[in-house]
Amino acid sequence: MPSRDGYPTSYWSMVWWRFKKHKLAIFSLYLILFLGFVAVVAPLLANNRPLCASLNGRVFFPIFQQDNILDWKKIRKHKDWHPFQRFEHPGSGWALWPLVPYSPTEYNLFEILSPPSSRHWLGTDDRGRDVLSRMIHGARISLSVGFVAVGIAAAVGVVLGGMAGYFGGIVDDVVNRIIEVLMTIPTFFLILAIIAFLPPSIYNIMAVIGITGWTGIARFVRAEFLKLKELDFVMASKALGASHRRIIFLHMLPNAMSPVLVSVVFGVAGAILTESSLSFLGFGVPPPTPSWGDILSQSRDYIEFAWWLTLFPGLAIFITITAFNLVGEALRDAMDPKLFQ
Amino acid sequence: MNIKNSKVLQVENLSVSYKTRKGWIQAVQNVSFDLSYGETLGIVGESGCGKSTVAFAIVNFLGPNGKVTSGSIKFEGKELVGLSRRELNRLRGNRISMVYQDPMAALNPILRIGDQLMEVLTYHRNFSKREAYEHCIDMLKRVHMPDPEAVMKRYPHQLSGGQQQRVVIAMAMLNNPALLIMDEPTTALDVTVEAAVLDLVEELKSEFGTSIIFITHNLGVVARVSDSICVMYAGEIVERGHVGQIFENPAHPYTRGLLRCVPLLGTSKSSTVLRPIRGRVPPPERRLPSMCIFADRCGHRENQCVDKKPNLREIDPGHEVRCFKGERFLYISLRDRRSAQKVRRIGSSTCAEKEKPLLDIRKLRVYYTQKMRIGVKHIVRAVDNVSVQVNPGCTLGIVGESGCGKSTLLKAIIGLEKVRDGKIFFQDKELDTLVVHRPLDIIKEIQMVFQNPDSTLNPAYPVGKQIERPLKRFKTVPRKRVREEALRLLRAVRLGQDYYHRYPRQLSGGEKQRVGIARALASRPSLILCDEPVSALDVSVQAAVLNLLMEIQNKFGTTFVFIAHDLSVVRYISDYVAVMYLGQIMEAGPTQRIYEPPYHPYTEALLSAVPIPDPDISQRRIRLEGNVPSAMNPPSGCRFHTRCPRRHLLPDGGKICQEKAPEEHVIDKNHTIYCHLPIETLLELDPVVEMKTS
Repeated sequence: MPSRDGYPTSYWSMVWWRFKKHKLAIFSLYLILFLGFVAVVAPLLANNRPLCASLNGRVFFPIFQQDNILDWKKIRKHKDWHPFQRFEHPGSGWALWPLVPYSPTEYNLFEILSPPSSRHWLGTDDRGRDVLSRMIHGARISLSVGFVAVGIAAAVGVVLGGMAGYFGGIVDDVVNRIIEVLMTIPTFFLILAIIAFLPPSIYNIMAVIGITGWTGIARFVRAEFLKLKELDFVMASKALGASHRRIIFLHMLPNAMSPVLVSVVFGVAGAILTESSLSFLGFGVPPPTPSWGDILSQSRDYIEFAWWLTLFPGLAIFITITAFNLVGEALRDAMDPKLFQ
Repeated sequence: MNIKNSKVLQVENLSVSYKTRKGWIQAVQNVSFDLSYGETLGIVGESGCGKSTVAFAIVNFLGPNGKVTSGSIKFEGKELVGLSRRELNRLRGNRISMVYQDPMAALNPILRIGDQLMEVLTYHRNFSKREAYEHCIDMLKRVHMPDPEAVMKRYPHQLSGGQQQRVVIAMAMLNNPALLIMDEPTTALDVTVEAAVLDLVEELKSEFGTSIIFITHNLGVVARVSDSICVMYAGEIVERGHVGQIFENPAHPYTRGLLRCVPLLGTSKSSTVLRPIRGRVPPPERRLPSMCIFADRCGHRENQCVDKKPNLREIDPGHEVRCFKGERFLYISLRDRRSAQKVRRIGSSTCAEKEKPLLDIRKLRVYYTQKMRIGVKHIVRAVDNVSVQVNPGCTLGIVGESGCGKSTLLKAIIGLEKVRDGKIFFQDKELDTLVVHRPLDIIKEIQMVFQNPDSTLNPAYPVGKQIERPLKRFKTVPRKRVREEALRLLRAVRLGQDYYHRYPRQLSGGEKQRVGIARALASRPSLILCDEPVSALDVSVQAAVLNLLMEIQNKFGTTFVFIAHDLSVVRYISDYVAVMYLGQIMEAGPTQRIYEPPYHPYTEALLSAVPIPDPDISQRRIRLEGNVPSAMNPPSGCRFHTRCPRRHLLPDGGKICQEKAPEEHVIDKNHTIYCHLPIETLLELDPVVEMKTS
């Protein structure tokens, strides 16, 4: 078939052009970027210390300072609280507060289970902790678990899948058997089982999700490598006497990245969901570290009247997973070689 | 209805556009032609010229992003443009049929052949099952399908490519259509199979009186089957006429260019030079409506060609051309393409008799093991007992049908494939290891040019980097001069410096192939193995690449081993030729010797099958029966005996062929034939290819 639009253009600009056609995916992409931004700057968005304050003419940044110059909790309790606040305690000064002036771990036993209000936009939990603040910090946990776990999975999957596809023979057989065995075990229960033996820590969770989730990526990479190793340019570099390492990493991997990318995006969604489920079951991130699943799990006891405890973290999980899945779907469509004609 | 005088198809001023992200782009403009009952119209042109688009427009298969923007298509007097989908569907099944390039894609892999064939009749014609079955058997017989009852029960993958294409043709003919459109129906097939399918097309014409539109890029094929020909270029018809007119007196510079690009069977590099058409087909958005579409690439351009657009006009009865100077070309013969006098030769052949061959292969065997099921392994004898020598500065051509072990032989030489048995000597050193274990100075001496231009370069890196890599690895030049050398190599393969930073995606097929050649040249090798380097290219590009290879040989004295399935190309470029069949050499010798008697019966059949774009050349018709047997289980004795058309010349009907592998017959120096037939018998055979005496 003749190429119908004459000028050849780069692969990625083609992918981007096709990706852009999915409006919902673009929206999701922005949403993910926004979430990522929130996660990165979480301590600046939700904290019980002001971003910037002045006391007796001296300007300082309490958010970055650990020493207690003032008891900021008391100052914040002022009735008509405002992000920019003047105070007279014990001298005169002003403070610029973060958007959510509560730390995620800060107890306030006078305000337990208070519904959403102007003071606590998304309400408080059973220990009087601000839900919004916990969710903002929870985004950090969720996203970092998602990305790191999938990063580990991708690294393992690419190396093993690549080796299986490239070398074939025994290597291929061994890797395939490992994949098959792993795929017969329900992943979530495997993770639960492993977590039960490990000390509770976020890093362990990342590692466990990572090392159980590489099978899909490995299969994709293997298939791609099987195809690529027959191509002439790989033959050409072999004929030049290039080393295996060089052929695998420099010649084949860059051309096998598209399926990896797609499964990474879907994988992030899956890892976030797994982490939330683990936290919900109480196997997740150890308290008091906030995570979405953790908030949900607390809400179980108060579900009849504290609706905000269920709704908001649930929505956050739902929207994040949906966004990643939409982006993944659009990316898969955009990279589908059958549609490049 | 008066069938004799009316036209089956009339296409007038047809224009077709495709929607792309740059807006609507015109792929075909103002195409007009008509087709009488029983006529075969060939549409030729290079890729990207809109040949298939015209065919798709007729059956309205343009897809969601294509549409007919103007013009009319009348089928048996009835306008097709604007017809509802339903009415078109009925016509398509009943009166218009189509045959595509890939027969496997046209057949449903999960249905038996019989069910697929019968469905056509039971669905469109309300035949009963019994009637339909008989009808289908009858049709399969008519397309010369051996054992039609058994074929009806098989699945598509159980048939060979040629048989599949026969089934597709049978299916297309079941409803006795008035119009049959064939889109490159033989391109995916081997020469011998192609020849048989073309015979079939000719038969259909005379037997059914069906009108055929035959689309192909192969001038030889079109010369064989067509009554009249449309030459398309960049979405326009540039010349139209009877076969004789187009091939004898081509009047458009593009047609003439095409004809000069193809080596004719019988020409060699020392007698004829190929003249590639410079430049490439302009993409649709660069086709200016105000000037001659071919002006950019035309060697006869004048001011008027740029100022206004020529119309298609009649210069001879039935012969139309879209060129201002058509009449003048009409009487300038193209005959010089066959004669040696007027031709400037690129240089004398560097091939000379030497006492020591550069490459000496002795009794080489390369076997693969193929896992069928767990525990069950089959041995594929890809190369079995092959001995061949190449002298320095010479070109050895290897021909044979697909699956005969040509590529495996090359891979064994370069060290990508393990040798089972036998020896390879290169510059008197034995090559007995895979490439990874070879010393650098051997690796750099043997390089390879690959077949598929789309996969020969790594899409992830720019061209310059890919040429620099071998330069750095083999330290051909000092490190600081690497870039300079890469640019020099790019110039050597006729690509400008600006290609250095381009990515493979931005290059055309021919350009990619040149980069591949530049990469192979980087280490200054003494032996270059070419694995069908031109078979995926358009003819004009093919000519340029062939010329380039010969220039390189003249300049550097490089030795080539050149694989191709096109016998004309091999004849043209090679000094020596080896004919392979099922992993063994059937005949080997100096090129001239191979192409004239005595032939090996297989060589004879191959020569008979090559399509030659010259109506003055006649070929004796020898067709092989059956398919190439599997290399897993090759026939005993002479491997060719199952298909050999000359076996009966032996006294006992060729019993010995089944039992014993033939000894080599040394006819004279360097020319060997592996056949049981005595040389005297082989010498008595007439030449296959002959000039008609005019």
